[in-house]
Amino acid sequence: MSMFPKKWVLPLIVLAFVIPLLRPLMPDVISNYRLFLVSTMIIASIAVLGLNLLTGFNGQISLGHSAFYAVGAYTSAILMDKLDMPYYATLPIAAAVCYVIGWLFGKPALKLEGHYLALATFALALSVPQILKYKWLEDLTGGVQGIVLSKPEVPFGLPLTDDQWLYYYCLIVMIILYWAANNMLNGRSGRAMMAIRDYAIAADTMGINTARYKTVTFGISAAYTGIAGALSASAIAFVAPDSFSFFLSIKFLIGLVVGGVGSLAGSVVGGIFYVLVDNSAQALSLFVKNDLGVQFDLSAYTVFGILLIALMYMMPTGIVGGVYAIVQGLRRNRRGATTGSATSPVRDVAANQQRP
Amino acid sequence: MEQFLQQLASGLANGAIYACVALALVMIYVSTDHLNFAQGEMAMFSTYISWQLMAWGCSFWVAFILAVLISFCMGVFIERVILRPLHHAPVLSIVVVFIGLLAICNSMAGAIWSYLIKEYPSPFPKADFGIAGVIGPHQLGVVIVTLVVLSLLFVFFRYTPLGLAMRAAAQNPQMARLVGVRVDWMLALGWGLAAAVGAVAGIMVAHIVYLDPNMMGGILLYAFASALIGGIGNPGGAVVGGFIVGVLENMVAYTGNMIEKITGIYIIGNGEKLTVALIIVIFVLTLKPAGLFGRVVVKRV
Amino acid sequence: MKKTNRRTFVAGVSAATLLSGSRVAFAQKKYSDGASDTEIKIGHTNPYSGPASSYGVIGKTIQAYWKSVNEAGGINGRKINFITLDDGYSPPKTVECIRQLVEQDKVLCTFNTLGTPCNTAIHKYMNEKKVPMLYVATGASKWGDPKHFPWTMGFQPDYHTEGIIYAKHLLANVKDPKIAVLMQNDDFGKDYWNGFKEGLGKEAGRVTKHVTYETTDPTVDSQVIQLKDTGANVFFVIAIPKFAAQAMRKAGDIGWKPAIYLNNVSSSVASAMKPAGLDNVQGVITALYLMDPTDKQFDSHPDMKTWVDWMKKHNPDQSLQDASNVFAYAVSTLMHETLKKCGDDLTRENVMKQAANFQKYQLPLLLPGITVSTSPTDFYPIQAVQLSRFKGETWELFGEVMHAEST
Repeated sequence: MSMFPKKWVLPLIVLAFVIPLLRPLMPDVISNYRLFLVSTMIIASIAVLGLNLLTGFNGQISLGHSAFYAVGAYTSAILMDKLDMPYYATLPIAAAVCYVIGWLFGKPALKLEGHYLALATFALALSVPQILKYKWLEDLTGGVQGIVLSKPEVPFGLPLTDDQWLYYYCLIVMIILYWAANNMLNGRSGRAMMAIRDYAIAADTMGINTARYKTVTFGISAAYTGIAGALSASAIAFVAPDSFSFFLSIKFLIGLVVGGVGSLAGSVVGGIFYVLVDNSAQALSLFVKNDLGVQFDLSAYTVFGILLIALMYMMPTGIVGGVYAIVQGLRRNRRGATTGSATSPVRDVAANQQRP
Repeated sequence: MEQFLQQLASGLANGAIYACVALALVMIYVSTDHLNFAQGEMAMFSTYISWQLMAWGCSFWVAFILAVLISFCMGVFIERVILRPLHHAPVLSIVVVFIGLLAICNSMAGAIWSYLIKEYPSPFPKADFGIAGVIGPHQLGVVIVTLVVLSLLFVFFRYTPLGLAMRAAAQNPQMARLVGVRVDWMLALGWGLAAAVGAVAGIMVAHIVYLDPNMMGGILLYAFASALIGGIGNPGGAVVGGFIVGVLENMVAYTGNMIEKITGIYIIGNGEKLTVALIIVIFVLTLKPAGLFGRVVVKRV
Repeated sequence: MKKTNRRTFVAGVSAATLLSGSRVAFAQKKYSDGASDTEIKIGHTNPYSGPASSYGVIGKTIQAYWKSVNEAGGINGRKINFITLDDGYSPPKTVECIRQLVEQDKVLCTFNTLGTPCNTAIHKYMNEKKVPMLYVATGASKWGDPKHFPWTMGFQPDYHTEGIIYAKHLLANVKDPKIAVLMQNDDFGKDYWNGFKEGLGKEAGRVTKHVTYETTDPTVDSQVIQLKDTGANVFFVIAIPKFAAQAMRKAGDIGWKPAIYLNNVSSSVASAMKPAGLDNVQGVITALYLMDPTDKQFDSHPDMKTWVDWMKKHNPDQSLQDASNVFAYAVSTLMHETLKKCGDDLTRENVMKQAANFQKYQLPLLLPGITVSTSPTDFYPIQAVQLSRFKGETWELFGEVMHAEST
């Protein structure tokens, strides 16, 4: 389940904290824009983690996570706008609201399997922008015009820029959430969740309360994505129904699959991919047009599509899965080379069994 | 009363559109067990091909037949070349491939034919065909064409050896191989057929909603709902589902309209009709989890 | 950030530019980020993908424009480095793209960024960063607020005012009007609707029904049927071309013949009027400020001839019938002129100053009688429209050019 070597986690976290502090030394490399971009990646990886908990670890497909993202964002926005609540205080409330909605949605979802659940969640994703524009809620949500917010201010007079602070804020939230998820997944609940994903009927017979786990997982998953939404409200400083179309759900799904389903590291990679892919697709399309002089206008969207298909070809289990397979292949080659003889079938079987 | 009839007729007309596209979705599902997100965009692309053929001088029906044939080949090609290597990949990965396909079809259509909306001719005679003021000639034509396609498919699957082979390949590939069915080619055939049905759907729809690269976006959502409410493995169910969704949507708007007219209070209107319709669809699904006409599969542990 | 003596210097340079109206020969060169001796960087975002991708045409034509400017030698000897990014009409993406343009690519200014929510998302940011956000491609009325947002300027006549104009016209010309409204359920629709209501004033009760639609709706037939049922004799269509065409066609199909008022965005003959069916759109009224390329009366007008030649030579892939290409060309010309007036003083302040310094400038392709005027207190470049009625196959202007004061 955790293919990522544990010993790397702590050094990475330390690096994550220290590098932005080096900004005064390299202001062009560690620019405000890049910090902002990394903050959006962190937010995306939290959102993808939410989806991963439900789809990757619990096997319930959801095309509706843009709904929870939107609810989290709007909850945070409304609290900041109408009640003047400080931005960090809105997070727990957004999480609670999304948990409740997710849990409530999880109940009828118990009856639906596979494609039908996909449709139901899809419907949720489609309805949320409509609800946000609903006449009777306009005073609260700002209707079609949305709500303009302010970015979080640096607290305690620390010598940081707004973007540096935003980055640390998101980073701290992300570490807490990932740590919590890791604990949950490594414990009994996690094993129950995954049992439900793999062998739902058997899990039931073993005494696992499938219904309770499924609805609670739905709630937690919604809460995670909702927190991501609340963070994004602060990062972008603006919420509008146009920001939360159902295509956002599709993008989360893409991030999930490309990163690696059922893997925490995969969620991080998925979040990074989610942000980078648009930029790379644009850059690539510009490159093709300007530098290669190809007459045909290869739009960024086409490049995006080609990239997706190519990625799924090369790494059908996601980037994390693909990298893992490569590493395993290298390790096996090295082992085969040192023994000198043809790979022993027993060793091969043992090597294969290590793969989760 | 007049408005009720018109809304009903308009709902049926829209429903025919959804039914058409839902048929294509079900075709792919029945042949390959996957829901093709790119179906709408492929249908749109096929429609553009037929438009191009007409721009080059073909008559409507010639362009229609050619476009359907070309789409068939495109479908087979996509299955053989793009999806073949991914047969054993996880379901979600294949979904991502479909999304990639969606992106490519959409932006290529925009790049080749621009985003300016184009008028699309209707093959059905103008007056005297249809009930004036209630349902127009083209819309009636769409309903008829949908039913014709449905019957053809029904006959094909039920009564021809090839259809039987395809159904066998989809339901039990291993057994089918043992009796000599070329399963791989059956899958490709399924894709080809689905692409062809999609082309028909697109060509029928284009006259009503105008041809542009984004024409299928909204329709695809409704088509999914239709296919699922009818039972995902059931072509007839998909068509019925399409009509149900179309009429339901309009009826929701109509009811909201009436409520507002009588009481003056705005509760639901056009902004919420999709939401309400989908809620009703999901409610139906919770009562009948395999769709109205689907069969509940009992899994053996 | 800038030294005070530069401000006075900039003022002096601007004054000289104004007086001479030509390239400043003696002034020292002054640059902000994005400008240098050899190039000027301009930023731009447009929805090239997603549901609003039909507007991507504008971006493509603008790209062709700057390419042709560079081929002709650039502006005051500098090449234009035009960087356009795809934001898919999603405000968070716009924020990301604009931040990239401003902080990474370090553009001198942005222009014609498209979409009301997208521009709202970056409004505060651009003003905080003091980067000119010029000629935004949206008709919302909030872009002309120099007091609070001195770095943002609109371009087209705002939707709110246009709505007022339609309301006033119909009150004066239609006997006992019963009005039905079809509105796209977003910011663009809302703005028109608010203006329309304001224009009706006390008569706002004459609106028998107001229905909305979403861009994901396949058709608006259901809405049109509802509207006809109210017995209205006026139909105000606030919709993008595809849905406007559907609405007008459906009205004709079900035998409803109200007086139709159509918003300017959908006034293109090629993308809305013709697809709706010429029989169904006779007598439709809209407000225009640009020349429609299919309007035969302008075939021999020098502006139109220049435009057609330019399209054929530099932008052959785009349609000669799409009014968006006229729009793109016109706004790019305005930007071109603004940069030209800056001469060698390519600071951001000067760019804003020049933008706020047009007196009745004759921008090509604007209808005769309509000019561009801006000042430090007037950030609405175009505030005049002329009503026109659809007759035969094209628009027929009538009445006088109406100059509206922005609200």
